[in-house]
Amino acid sequence: MPEMTLIEAIRQGMDEELARDDCVFITGEDVGPRGGVFRATQGLFEKYGPKRIIDSPLAELSIVGVGIGAAVYGMRPICEIQFADFIFPAFNQILNEAARMFYRSGGEWAAPMVIRAPYGGGVGGGLYHSQSVEAFFAHIPGLKVVIPSNPKDAKGLLKSAVRDPNPVLFLEPKKGYRLIKGFVPEGEYTVPIGPAHVSREGADLTVFAYGIMHYYCLQAAALVAKEGISAEVVDLRTLLPVDKAAIVASVRKTGKAMIVHEDNLTGGYGGEVAAIIADEAFADLDAPVKRLCGPDVPGVPFSHPMQDWFMPNPEKIAKAMKELAAY
Amino acid sequence: MPQLGESVVEGAIAKWLKSEGDSVKEFEPIMEVTTDKVDTEVTATAAGVLLKILIPAGTTVTAGTLLGWIGQPTDSIPADSAVLPTHAPISADSAALSTHAPTIEPPNHPTTQPPKDLGFISPVVAKLASEHSIDLIMVKGTGAGGRITKKDVLAFIERRKAAPEEALAPWERPGDGDLFRPTELQMGPPPVVPPVVDGGDRGGADSVMPLSNMRRSIAEHMVRSKHTSAHVTTVFEVDMSKVMAHREANKAQFARDGVNLTFTAYFVSATAVALKAHPLVNSTFAGDSIVLKREVNVGVAVSLGEEGLIVPVVKNADEKSLLGLARAVNDLASRARAKQLKPDEVQGGTFTITNHGVSGSLFATPIINQPQCGILGVGAIQKRVVVVNDAIAIRPMCYITLTFDHRILDGALADYFVAKVKEVLEGWG
Repeated sequence: MPEMTLIEAIRQGMDEELARDDCVFITGEDVGPRGGVFRATQGLFEKYGPKRIIDSPLAELSIVGVGIGAAVYGMRPICEIQFADFIFPAFNQILNEAARMFYRSGGEWAAPMVIRAPYGGGVGGGLYHSQSVEAFFAHIPGLKVVIPSNPKDAKGLLKSAVRDPNPVLFLEPKKGYRLIKGFVPEGEYTVPIGPAHVSREGADLTVFAYGIMHYYCLQAAALVAKEGISAEVVDLRTLLPVDKAAIVASVRKTGKAMIVHEDNLTGGYGGEVAAIIADEAFADLDAPVKRLCGPDVPGVPFSHPMQDWFMPNPEKIAKAMKELAAY
Repeated sequence: MPQLGESVVEGAIAKWLKSEGDSVKEFEPIMEVTTDKVDTEVTATAAGVLLKILIPAGTTVTAGTLLGWIGQPTDSIPADSAVLPTHAPISADSAALSTHAPTIEPPNHPTTQPPKDLGFISPVVAKLASEHSIDLIMVKGTGAGGRITKKDVLAFIERRKAAPEEALAPWERPGDGDLFRPTELQMGPPPVVPPVVDGGDRGGADSVMPLSNMRRSIAEHMVRSKHTSAHVTTVFEVDMSKVMAHREANKAQFARDGVNLTFTAYFVSATAVALKAHPLVNSTFAGDSIVLKREVNVGVAVSLGEEGLIVPVVKNADEKSLLGLARAVNDLASRARAKQLKPDEVQGGTFTITNHGVSGSLFATPIINQPQCGILGVGAIQKRVVVVNDAIAIRPMCYITLTFDHRILDGALADYFVAKVKEVLEGWG
């Protein structure tokens, strides 16, 4: 089983899907000969040619709109949004067209497409290259929202996304592209969209996270384990539709829950998880549900000290875990 | 309706001494009340005007029932007061006529303590406590500010699972089969006594005696006690030589002080000493705790013949001399027979003595006077042949028994207590 980085696993997943199905194509800014700004599509232009790896204008509305048209026509587009920060010109296309196509047409039409977007801060990107956008999209019925936290899941979930009959927003934690490494099974496999994954078993409290924050939560759990705190870590992996049963089962076991995301607190995805717990696991709670999130400021600051202030990290998460364990 | 004794649950209004509209002074008698134990006057709890009589004379009501209203002529009476049921809860309202109500505890919960502050109880802790029937007062909290956490409850459940198996000796564990089942399961529930009927098909050969209030109260209390405490009786024999000698020597002197020096005074005195030495016997079992009583108040059962018996209480018996005890016992006993005891004089006992020997009984296994821990039975004093220093001697001997609540005491400690009584009596002088 080869070890690879998150971005290598994503590239391998796209490569395999391109090879498997001629209907799969990629479009986005600089995805062609340049191989994308993060090199996610590196080598694919040479392998599959300009008809399947298509550079787009600097127009996200167009990238997604072209994808929807092609998908309805029967193709399987993978649309790359260079930074999730730039996705909002395409918001109307995603919300009003892609997500509703199947519903609006009574099941006659659908938009089977993947919209890939690197998201998140901690890379010195400042306000325009650091945003977390999942809360906006996890509110849209008809859309699936997937966020992998490791190479194996990234490849398997991406392949599931390409094959899904409806649109999938595939958010990639860009800070983890080369930071997060892991073993990826050889040969064909997929990871189903929907189920969460208990990545570390624990007894004292549960931390729910996804993406790079899940990676940090595992590190934090290892830190607090030295002090005798047994933290369970659950990787949500799919935010929409979310795995309620897994959330409830873990809370039922530990009685204490916290949610970690770098997106800012108010209206963030953690509120949805907290609401599920309050609704379906109230009688199993032994402590208030806590959220450790980015602060409610208009963006991730550019200055490094301020960026560090903004971002949750393993130390901050470990501190919150200890407080919750002591409650 | 005040509660006029620990086991008295109801009282009958014999007569209202005031009419509606009469003005009353605080502590002025306003009615006569008859209970199965005492007949007494009930005084006004406040000064004012007797605005309303809710319960007419001749009616028997539960202790705590609102009997009427005292207030100012301009006061309005709560609209629902007229429809209060006779089993109404004790009203703490200052104007209600429940003279003693605010200070009297309900009969079955005489030792209710203020609840311990448990802190915040989380949903899962509440759920676990309910599912496993856990009294959270027993659980030590280790969470923030001493909060009881889910872990604390789970640990408690684990300990409880493990503990009883080891703590109980084999003979203490419940066995299988009918012989080991609680009697109420073997025998079925206590039979419901049919209401008073005439001789019926026995052709009038049997005569039916309606229960007096006192008889009904005794019956209820005795059965409840048997169902409440784990009765065990231990028997000692006491050589009364020194007590008899002391009594003979001092009888005349006491008589000059107007006191009849009875044996009962000696037993009360010896018991008070033993209760001070073994305070666990002077206690009450309170469900999840044992309450050690500060005062030593010894009840002395007084027979009223066929009618029944009553247990006046010698308060603070440990602080009284033999003369004081004898005087108190004389006084209480004579007024008990004349039915002139005050409600307060049959309450607050922490231990009871029953002198069944007066009717010739050698030893008996009396029933505990709830909610006390024990009752001392005193048998007849008889001259018996005993061995003293390897010689045969004739001595005035007396069996004394302690019937105690095994929930509170084990045999050894109970025996230490009775041994102390014996030691005091045998060493008198």
